[in-house]
Amino acid sequence: MSSLTRLETKDEFIWLDRFDPRARILAAIMIALVVIFLSGITTLVAGFVAALFLVLSIGFDYQTLIKRLLAFEGFVLLLIGFLPFTVSGDSLFVVFGWTASEQGVDRAVVIFLRSNIIVLSMLSLLGTLEPEELGHGMSRLGVPQKFAHLFLMTARYLDVLLDEYQRLRLAMKARAFHARTDLHTWRSYGWLIGMLLVRSMERSQRVVKAMKCRGFQGQFYLLDDRVWRAGDSLAMGCLALVLLFLCLVEFL
Amino acid sequence: MTQAPLIKLDKVSFGYLNRNVFENVNLELHRGERLALLGGNGAGKSTLLQLIVGLNKRSSGGIYAFGKDRSEERDFIEVRTKAGMVFQDSDDQLFCPSVLEDVAFGPLNLGMTKQEAIDRSLQTLESLGLSELANRITHKLSGGQKRLVALATVLAMKPEVLLLDEPTNGLDDSAELRLIELLESLDQAMILVSHDQKLIERLATRAVILTDGTLVEAVLHKHPHHHEHSHVHIHAKGSEQHHAHDPELEVHNDL
Repeated sequence: MSSLTRLETKDEFIWLDRFDPRARILAAIMIALVVIFLSGITTLVAGFVAALFLVLSIGFDYQTLIKRLLAFEGFVLLLIGFLPFTVSGDSLFVVFGWTASEQGVDRAVVIFLRSNIIVLSMLSLLGTLEPEELGHGMSRLGVPQKFAHLFLMTARYLDVLLDEYQRLRLAMKARAFHARTDLHTWRSYGWLIGMLLVRSMERSQRVVKAMKCRGFQGQFYLLDDRVWRAGDSLAMGCLALVLLFLCLVEFL
Repeated sequence: MTQAPLIKLDKVSFGYLNRNVFENVNLELHRGERLALLGGNGAGKSTLLQLIVGLNKRSSGGIYAFGKDRSEERDFIEVRTKAGMVFQDSDDQLFCPSVLEDVAFGPLNLGMTKQEAIDRSLQTLESLGLSELANRITHKLSGGQKRLVALATVLAMKPEVLLLDEPTNGLDDSAELRLIELLESLDQAMILVSHDQKLIERLATRAVILTDGTLVEAVLHKHPHHHEHSHVHIHAKGSEQHHAHDPELEVHNDL
């Protein structure tokens, strides 16, 4: 079981894999930047439909996709549930004495569309990259080396840590532990987390030792032979045109 | 032996928290030797191994390695490149995104250019029969593959000595056999920390035992011995119950 990994798709190879990871990262950033400035319903709906098409074109394994989306949509639903009642303006309808405003509903729809366009495009463009490709791409885009390596190490050791957590958890279960609402439960969870911290620290010390044994002197290296192709530039150009068109519709 | 030892520990002691782990340990490793370092759990075998490359600080005594006395952290940087350590848990050793990057990490640290390091890594992987793993992601390898790649990361630095901490620990029979055969084909001197009878039997040329805080020379000997015993045989279900075993090899009384 692993958590930080490429989203499952029906085919191993998707059409986006033809492009350099850098292009995919840049595309995701461009889309996000443009979309947060859009507020017209027409452009947002157009963007949302486009994002849906992008998701469909990839052939996700829908179970994992929906699982990932739920974590985010729960938060959005909460937000759009409350917004109509908390933004003041012209009354639209009344629920249990609470008045929903037209402006509030408007705001909620805009936020729903905006956030979903961004999340769906991020999941499609970045979620389908292996964390390793994403790290390499970021580093070649000029993200500080420290950050890139921190990200790559996290991706590398998250599974190891998760394994350790599951082993501890299993050992607790094997001794008939189940969560109750009492002090014993809280204390046991405390120990579990404490143990994980201690083990992670010990592991990090061992990793440093192993690195020193191979002559580590503070310098990390990335080897990556992806080349930026004409196709990448072309795709970036097309995306820029589409985004520009959306902006024109919105602001003219 | 007239040749100077590759590694020599002279009355080395180590302790922490006011507890002595071992005292006055003398040890020599010569070219061509494969020394088995034995001892019970917690006897300090791994500690001793790490002490040789300066990862643990000795309380007293002298460490001589590759022609020089070594005492400062600076001295040990060179020792570490010449004495390649393979760690017990390969997840500690493999931290890079891809196998190729991990194997190239050592050579790059030695100051090679990227291309030289890549060439050296691919050569090393090929010599271990691991070429097809080069572009794999390290944390998605199997346990056996991880151990072999960890060995490759060390061999890529062309060390003169290998320090192996429980190299066959956690491997299944076939992975274990493959590793033992690989190690057998290498000409580096080795120190093997292991409980694995098979490994020691096939590889070790000499053995020492760390026990009660001291290191004593052990006798590795082979003599033919013959005994009659019963033990459980495990066969796939459905295979014939009463089958003959090669009488040349052992005498069996099937249960």
